Amino acid sequence: MTVWIEADLCNGCKRCVKTCPYGAAEMKDGKAHILEHCTSCGSCIQVCKQKAISTDVEPKAIPDFSDRKGVWVFAEQRDGVLMPVSLELLGKAQELAGELGQDVSAILLGYKVSGLCKTLAEYGADRVYLVEHKALKDYRTIAYTKAIEDLVVAHKPNVLLMGATHIGRDLAPRVSRRVGVGLTADCTELAVDPEDKILLQTRPAFGGNVMATIANRYSRPQMATVRPGVMETHRETGKKEKVTKHTVALTEKEIFTKVLEIVREKKKGVRLDQAKVIVAGGRGVGSQEGMKSLFALADAMGGEVAGTRIIVEEGWLPIERQVGQTGQTVRPEIYIACGVSGAIQHRAGMLGSRYVIAINKDERAPIFGVADWGIVGDLHEVVPALAKAIKASKK
Amino acid sequence: MNIIVLVKQVPDTAEVKLDPKTGNLIREGIESIINPDDRHALEAAIALKEEHGGKITAISMGPPQAIDALSEALGMGADTGILLSDRAFAGADTWATSTTLGKAIEKAGTYDLILCGRQAIDGDTAQIGPQVAEYLGLPQVSYVYDIEKASKKSMVVKRRMEDGFERVQCTLPALLTVIGDMNHPRYSHVANLIDACKEKAKIEIWNAADIGVQTRDVGLEGSLTNVAKTFAPKFQREGEILKGDTLVVVKELVAKLKENMLI
Repeated sequence: MTVWIEADLCNGCKRCVKTCPYGAAEMKDGKAHILEHCTSCGSCIQVCKQKAISTDVEPKAIPDFSDRKGVWVFAEQRDGVLMPVSLELLGKAQELAGELGQDVSAILLGYKVSGLCKTLAEYGADRVYLVEHKALKDYRTIAYTKAIEDLVVAHKPNVLLMGATHIGRDLAPRVSRRVGVGLTADCTELAVDPEDKILLQTRPAFGGNVMATIANRYSRPQMATVRPGVMETHRETGKKEKVTKHTVALTEKEIFTKVLEIVREKKKGVRLDQAKVIVAGGRGVGSQEGMKSLFALADAMGGEVAGTRIIVEEGWLPIERQVGQTGQTVRPEIYIACGVSGAIQHRAGMLGSRYVIAINKDERAPIFGVADWGIVGDLHEVVPALAKAIKASKK
Repeated sequence: MNIIVLVKQVPDTAEVKLDPKTGNLIREGIESIINPDDRHALEAAIALKEEHGGKITAISMGPPQAIDALSEALGMGADTGILLSDRAFAGADTWATSTTLGKAIEKAGTYDLILCGRQAIDGDTAQIGPQVAEYLGLPQVSYVYDIEKASKKSMVVKRRMEDGFERVQCTLPALLTVIGDMNHPRYSHVANLIDACKEKAKIEIWNAADIGVQTRDVGLEGSLTNVAKTFAPKFQREGEILKGDTLVVVKELVAKLKENMLI
C-alpha cells in the first residue's frame, strides 16, 4: 500500500506538502515527492486539484448505517450533581441533531438520580435513558461500560458524546472498544458534514500545533469526547422530561474495582473555569518569589492565578492552576498573561477569553498576536504598578 | 510480580514549532524522548519490582528508531523490551493501536500488572490504556498517582480527580495509567544503558506476522477514524501595543479597562 505522485500531472502547487499531517510530502525540482514515512492516510489525495496523486490503497467499504439515529450525550453526574460539560454537550447536541433531523437523548447512570431528568430536558434532551442500580452509585469503569453497552445495543444511536473529564476520558475509550467503534478525544469543535451527514470532530493535534478534523466513517455510534468549557448551553425552562428506564444486570464480581473513598479537596479546588479574571504567569516570572506580584494583581481584580506548563513543572504553582493543552481550557472575561511567550500549547487553553492582556519584555513574543492590549515591559515592574493602579481606580 | 509497561517514543513537542511560511511542523533537530507519563509508569514498575520481585517487560509500537526508547527503559531497569515495528502498523488510530498492543501482550506471556502513561504528549488522547484494558478484558484504573498497597491479588491505588482523589481497590491482573505526580523517574544507569545498546540486548522486534495480525486489522487500514483534514489553528486578535514608561502605560491600560467597563 503506497501513495505516489504522477510527476507529469503535478504543477508544484504544494497543497499536498501543506496538508500532510505527517510531514511526508516535500518539493524536489518543482514537483512533489512522497517520503518514506508516508502512512497512506490519503489527506494529500483529497486536496490535489491536479489529481496527480495516486494510491493502490482500496477504499474501505462503508456499511449501511441508515438505522442509526439520535445524538446521545452521556449525562455525567457525581454525587447527584450534573457536570457542566454534560449540559454544554446537550447544547451542541441540539444543533447537530437539528442538522441531522434526529433527536437528542441524554443517558443518565447512577443510583437515585431520576431527579436530574428534568434538568436534562431543560438543557436539550428530548429523551432521557435512565439506568439506576446500586452498583452505579459511584463511577466505576466496568459497571458504567456495561450499562452503556446495553443501551447502545438496544437503541442504536448515531452519535455518542461525552465530556473529556477524568471520568469521561476513562469511560469513553472503554465503551468505544466494547461496542467496536472509533473515538476522537478532546474535541473543541463538532459539526455535521452537509453532504455525507457524518460528524466532523475537530481537535488539536501535535501538541496544539495543528488542528485535525477527524471523521468516524466506519462504525456507529460516532463517538467523541469534548473539552469542558468549549460548547455553550441552551436552556428552555419548563420543558417536560421524557424518560425511558432501562434495567441492567450487574454483579460486584464482574466489576473488579471498589471505590473505597472519594475525597474532595475543597480548599485546593481552584475553579479556573469559573474565574472572571485570570492572571497567568509564564517563564518570564522567573521564580516562586516572582509569582507574588501576580497573586497581588489577581487579588486586586478579584481573580485567580494560573500558569503555563513551565510554571507548574518548576513547582511554582500546583497542576490545577495550569492553563493550556495539557492543563485546562479557560474563558474568563479578562486574561492577563505575564511573562508568557504564548507557545501554541498555552494559547490553545486561553483563546476563548473575552479580553487578553499581554505583558512581556519581548515585543516579538507570539502572545502579543492574540492580545487585545499588550504592554512591552518588565513584568516585575508592570504587574505591581497595574495592581496599584487598579486598586486606586476602585477607590 | 510480572509487569508489562507500555512506552511510546514521542517528539519533544514542547519544542515543536510551525514554519511560519508553510504552516508545516518543523521536525529537524527535534529530539525524540520517552513519553513523560510513560517514564513515570516505568519508574512505578521498577519500584514495585524492587519491593515484590518479578520481571519488567517494556513494549513499544513505533518505527525502527523507537528501539532507543526501549534501550532507555532497559537502562532504567526494565528486564526485556519488545518493539512492535512494521510498515503495516503505521497510521494507526487508537483502535488499531490497541489491537496491536493487545495482541502483542497476549503473546508476551503471563503478567500481573500492565502500566502505561495516562497519555502521550504528541496525541493527548489518553485512550490507549483503557482500550488495551478492554481488549484484554482487564479492569483499569486511570490517572493513578499513588499505589498504597500491592499484593499478588489486588491493589489499592489513588486516582486523581479534578477536585480531589479517589481511593480505589482493584483486583489483579489489571491495567493502570499513571500521571506525573506518581513519582520521580530515575535516570538510566550508565552500565545498564551500555548493555541495552549492545547487540545482545534483550530487545526483540516483532512484526505483524509475529503477533498474528492481518494488515487489514492494524495501522491505517485497521483504523476506524481518519483524518479528514488538518489546518493551522487561527487565533489572531487586533492587538494594541502600549510601550514606554511603566506608569504611563499602566495608566493607559486602566483607562481602557474602564472604557470597556471591565473594572
